[in-house]
Amino acid sequence: MKGFIIKEFLHIFRDVRSMIILFGMPVVQVLIFGFTISTEIKDAEIAILDQSKDNITLELSNKILSSGYFLLNDNLTHYDQIEESFKAGKIKEVIIFEDGFARKLEKEHDAHIKVIADASDPNMASLLVNYTAGIVRNYQMQQYENISLPIKITTEPKMLYNPGLKSVFMFVPGVITILLMLISAMMTSISIAREKELGTMEVLLVSPLKPIQILVGKVLPYVLLAFINAITILLLGFFVFDVPIQGSIILLLAECLLFIIMALSLGIFISTVSNTQQTAMMMSLFALMLPTILLSGFIYPIENMPEILQWLSHIMPSKWFIIIVKNIMLKGVGLGYIWKETLILTVMTLIFIGLSVKKFKIRLE
Amino acid sequence: MAENGIIIKAVNLTKKFGNFVANDNLTFEVRQGEIFGFLGANGAGKTTAIRILCGLLKPTSGQIEVAGYDVYKETEKIKRNIGYMSQKFSLYEDLTVWENFRFYGGIYGLSGKEIRKKTGYLLDKLQLTAARDKIISSLPLGWKQKLAFSIAIIHDPKIIFLDEPTSGVDPITRRQFWDMIYETAHEGITIFVTTHYMDEAEYCERVSVMVDGKIVAMDTPRALEDKYHVETMEEVFLKIARG
Repeated sequence: MKGFIIKEFLHIFRDVRSMIILFGMPVVQVLIFGFTISTEIKDAEIAILDQSKDNITLELSNKILSSGYFLLNDNLTHYDQIEESFKAGKIKEVIIFEDGFARKLEKEHDAHIKVIADASDPNMASLLVNYTAGIVRNYQMQQYENISLPIKITTEPKMLYNPGLKSVFMFVPGVITILLMLISAMMTSISIAREKELGTMEVLLVSPLKPIQILVGKVLPYVLLAFINAITILLLGFFVFDVPIQGSIILLLAECLLFIIMALSLGIFISTVSNTQQTAMMMSLFALMLPTILLSGFIYPIENMPEILQWLSHIMPSKWFIIIVKNIMLKGVGLGYIWKETLILTVMTLIFIGLSVKKFKIRLE
Repeated sequence: MAENGIIIKAVNLTKKFGNFVANDNLTFEVRQGEIFGFLGANGAGKTTAIRILCGLLKPTSGQIEVAGYDVYKETEKIKRNIGYMSQKFSLYEDLTVWENFRFYGGIYGLSGKEIRKKTGYLLDKLQLTAARDKIISSLPLGWKQKLAFSIAIIHDPKIIFLDEPTSGVDPITRRQFWDMIYETAHEGITIFVTTHYMDEAEYCERVSVMVDGKIVAMDTPRALEDKYHVETMEEVFLKIARG
């Protein structure tokens, strides 16, 4: 068994392509996603619908516009114009001051600002809304610092087009999912297919090794490498892009391991139905990678998909894994909140392991 | 060195894939230390038979013993006692000679010390000790073939199955390869070889000729040539194949 694993590592380390996929890809992907998804705002075009036009709303408007983040595109006069402006693509955000803003603030100590953002770019939208709310909060603190009565300016964000903001906001869960899938499923299926292609698989089968030993020997190195990759991505995300890990790291890694095992059994399954490395690669790409990228909710929000695709996405293991990772990393939840997704993933894993082992044995017959 | 012990025994070996009968009631015996040639055109059922004898395929019916073990129940023990080499050589091209030896020795449960000893001995015999740390893909075809053969006998099997070991190899290399086979047989290891090169059939002590899943002739090459009144196995084969 030890010899088997050593040999497998030698294969990997002597193959430049494998090495690039294994160690170059994670870094490149994280960096690409990290840097292309901008995290800074400068001169974002907005519109203001001021129904009150009092001194406070004017002051607030000035403050927002002089912050350097926002640029006034239009002063709206009516609600109907909002939708139109968004559709024309001229603006990214509309700030609405309610009627009688200053009066309400004085009498009821509570006034409302509505912030509507175009969330088809969810990352940008949430940044804009957060910046706006921050400026308003800042103003509030400066103005009413010395007043003991609670005076409140409430900003109500509303995300247009993508209310859940589910998407690229946090790219790390998505990149982890894709890479684990790629390394675990594609690399194992290719490496098993290669043994078949070269005829060494026959020799292994003629040897006293049991099929299960051959399988474990083939996949174990990839478990390890995939695991190292997951950690690399988390570290890169943390140190380069400040993506936090709110929840338990152990739980997160355990879930990663579960997903890796699932992907490996998928890889074995693919290798049992393909006889050459090329077939294995094409099958992994089309049957695994594309659905993983397109249907898992990584890039396109599942809520916005047609119903059939939404339904399809439920059978994508990666969808559940992304939910798990997002919840642990971003919301810091424990197993109690994600047991359902974990259970689904576990069941899927067991099914795939069962299928691939059965298929692997059938081939021996 | 050869004893008269029977090391492979097949009685009415039959293998069906659905309606297709790949092996039809094959009955034969192979003696220890013998070079037994299994001849036939492509698709005659040679590979199926060899896979059954190696424990890779379950026969549909028939009584088969390899190295004294039953192919239905004792494939595990059979696998420990046989070596196998196919036309693809089965070496890992991206590993060195030594790494290949170490790996294959390891899967047969040899200790590190045994592997080193055995590798040293086999490489010495091939006069390839200098190539010990070379990557396989950098070696000439003939060397690879010899190395593959040496690796197939690293665990001292009782029988070695060679599935068309010389296809795609030049005549000189083939000749050298057969010298190796002879030497191995002299050490008491049984050689079970399939081939479709009829000149190679002459090197075998006994041959069986398969046509459409059946064994149609089995004897020493000389006896077969006499029987069909021809000079070479090539002609024997053509006569048989044409019915």
